[in-house]
Amino acid sequence: MRTTLTLRFAALAALLTAPAVAQTKWEPQKPIEIIVNAGAGGATDQLARTIQAVCLKHNLTKQPFIINIKPGAGGAEGMLEAKKASGDPHKLFIGNSGIYAIPLANKVPFNWRDLTPVAIVALDEFCLWVHGDTPYKTAKEFLDAVKAAGPNKMKMGGTAALREDQIITALIDDKAGTKFTYIPYKSGAEASVQLVGKHIDANVNNPSESISQWKAGQCRPLCIFSKERSEYKQKVAGDQSWNDVPTAKEAGYDIEYVMLRGMFLPGDVTADQTAYYVDLFKQVVSKPEWKEYLEKSALKSAFIAGKEFTDFLVKDEARHKEIMTKAGFVAQ
Amino acid sequence: MESFTYLWHGFQTALTPYNFGLMLLGITLGVLVGVLPGLGGPNGVAILLPLTYGMSLLPGGTTSAIILLSCIYWGALFGGAITSILFNIPGEAWSVATTFDGYPMAQQGRAGEALTAAFTGSFVGALFSVLLITFLAPVIANFALRFGPPAFFGVYFLTFASFSGTSRSPFSKTAAATLFGFILAAVGMDTVSGTLRLTFGFETMIGGFDFLVAVIGLFGLGEILLSMEEGLAFRGGKAKLDLAIVFKTWRDMFRHWKTLLQGCLIGAWMGVKPGGAIAASFMAYAVAKRTGKNPEEFGTGRIEGVIAPETAAHSAGASALLPMLTLGIPGSGTAAVLLGGLMMWGLQPGPTLFAEQKEFVWGLIASMYLSNVVGLIVVLATVPLFAALLRIPFAVIAPFIIVACVMGAYTVHNSMFDVWLMLIFGIIGYLCKKLDYPLAPLTLALILGDKMEDAFRQSLLGSRGSLLVFFSQPLEATLMIAGLILIAWPLVTGRRRKRIGGEGDR
Repeated sequence: MRTTLTLRFAALAALLTAPAVAQTKWEPQKPIEIIVNAGAGGATDQLARTIQAVCLKHNLTKQPFIINIKPGAGGAEGMLEAKKASGDPHKLFIGNSGIYAIPLANKVPFNWRDLTPVAIVALDEFCLWVHGDTPYKTAKEFLDAVKAAGPNKMKMGGTAALREDQIITALIDDKAGTKFTYIPYKSGAEASVQLVGKHIDANVNNPSESISQWKAGQCRPLCIFSKERSEYKQKVAGDQSWNDVPTAKEAGYDIEYVMLRGMFLPGDVTADQTAYYVDLFKQVVSKPEWKEYLEKSALKSAFIAGKEFTDFLVKDEARHKEIMTKAGFVAQ
Repeated sequence: MESFTYLWHGFQTALTPYNFGLMLLGITLGVLVGVLPGLGGPNGVAILLPLTYGMSLLPGGTTSAIILLSCIYWGALFGGAITSILFNIPGEAWSVATTFDGYPMAQQGRAGEALTAAFTGSFVGALFSVLLITFLAPVIANFALRFGPPAFFGVYFLTFASFSGTSRSPFSKTAAATLFGFILAAVGMDTVSGTLRLTFGFETMIGGFDFLVAVIGLFGLGEILLSMEEGLAFRGGKAKLDLAIVFKTWRDMFRHWKTLLQGCLIGAWMGVKPGGAIAASFMAYAVAKRTGKNPEEFGTGRIEGVIAPETAAHSAGASALLPMLTLGIPGSGTAAVLLGGLMMWGLQPGPTLFAEQKEFVWGLIASMYLSNVVGLIVVLATVPLFAALLRIPFAVIAPFIIVACVMGAYTVHNSMFDVWLMLIFGIIGYLCKKLDYPLAPLTLALILGDKMEDAFRQSLLGSRGSLLVFFSQPLEATLMIAGLILIAWPLVTGRRRKRIGGEGDR
């Protein structure tokens, strides 16, 4: 029922969209489905909807997009759905660090090599957040206080268990000599509200998950876990911009973590089909609406395709394996 | 009062012919979405979301877009009750409690009455919460912040506690059904440990059991199987078809103002936290039953049994929009998709939304008032039509209901596996009814079980294993103690009833 309805709307939308795309060898023949393996309204969903909106506005595709929300099993359901669609060039999957972390932690029969990497369209950042009422101005002040309080006295909240938030927490514990009690929640929005309600002492949310609370003075970023500071200098909260947030390295902790936001096709698609999407996303990321979206969510702009993308995945996967093994997160 | 200027402006915007037309369209689509089991509010809104993007680009279009979407939301809330009452198939999780008395009412030829009570209760509940949002938004938003894991556990505990002892089945069977529900809820990815449980290595099991698939089978198909066994009886021929039934029911409802008020309060309170509407509908039903004059008549077609859950669900549905706007946490699946819509149109929900986007926020609130009035009129007009469905002989309608169950189960995740699951749940539902295992606690445990477990374990992680965390703060302690009293209550009254009526097991 949903499919037929969706198709009907899709057909309607297709009629309304004037075809004006540069000719390539292969083009989608039917609506393109984007598998979102996280909750509706979350960061991955927003990314999918922005792609949909940019393509619609600039007539980049002749075929409309359908967003298929598959949030089950912490993202594993969507990953397996993408794997099963082998050979179907009308399905796209949005991958994040879960593509390595979930199989490592759970022995889910999935490997990103089952899919065809298309392109990284953005990189997501992570910040260390504390409540706005706390006196800590720097990461060092806060982490020293955590250390002084003793092991398991301070609570770190985050999205899901054995995933990026807990991995970053493990990295902090390792480098700063702290020992947080990690409390997993269903989403970053939940972790953000739990911090504002003072039920946890800190979280490592993505900028977009806490920006509104920062603006309202309810929480404060102490550092960003990226190689260099954010590129956005527009004032966000008071006289502070994302660019004013120091990196963890500047704060004295050698911790670096960014998460890919990458587009994948299922396995067994032709080079022509992959090339079509690489070209499509190249166009998407060049549009002003995309840049606006990146700035609003404080995502790091990036476009990595082809061999570079594969190299990135191999390296990133090895790093996850190393950190997760050390932290004891890998399934035996 | 600056905000009232905006609200007034919002009313003017919402009442332009174009927006009013969208409102009618949205409600009708929403009712349709709510009626089809499995399609559900979240999917319905998600399908139409892309269309609204084009709308939102026009001047003033964001408001029109949200009016359309929120009307689909209201329509789905209204529509969810229809199949619950007519065919015992809950369209949404919060309509499960509506089936308890709504379906028996329909069986007795009082479908029109039940539908009117459900719709009117919904309307009153929503209106109550919208009024609260209008006047007390900042207070309520701050209240939501006080809920940490122990308080969440307290709320779920209270929901279960208020429901315990309301079942007419023997305690041992109720306990068995509840535990079976908890086991089903535990299947799949565990939030707290991040690992898979009870999947037995099957890939299809990793997503766990969707409660919609389960309730379509347990209630809808189970009921059909039971009816078939009893013979293909010609039922519901007495259903009255005129609109006079609406006014008669309204007169009756005045007598149940207490149930209405309870529903409003429970709904508004529960709605501000995630998963609110479901817990609210169950809790309101249980409270209505416990405080009602003849508790043992509940489940046999009492009108309060329809009013209470519907009022609470809608009241919660409306107040759920508040944490969505001010905290960015959706109170329901449909609210989550609405949230995605807001973000797509470039609005950032959070504490600053009310200050930065006054026009939009008050436009939305104005549309909530108007769309509920429009919604009530639209759905009430359809009461005779839906009640007439029951005039169709069972032998004719039963295959259609089975088809609806199958389609519904398939649409939840577009998965054939879910259809098989639904069929299995249908057989389980049939067996439970034959053997007098109550389905309500099973469903409640399936729907709230994993949330309750998460809250419990998150609390214990924070307290490093100390159970005292549930009694350390006034809010948590009140919830827990109230729950414990409710659990202890039937042990006292139940024993007395057993002595008098000999209704117990053995």
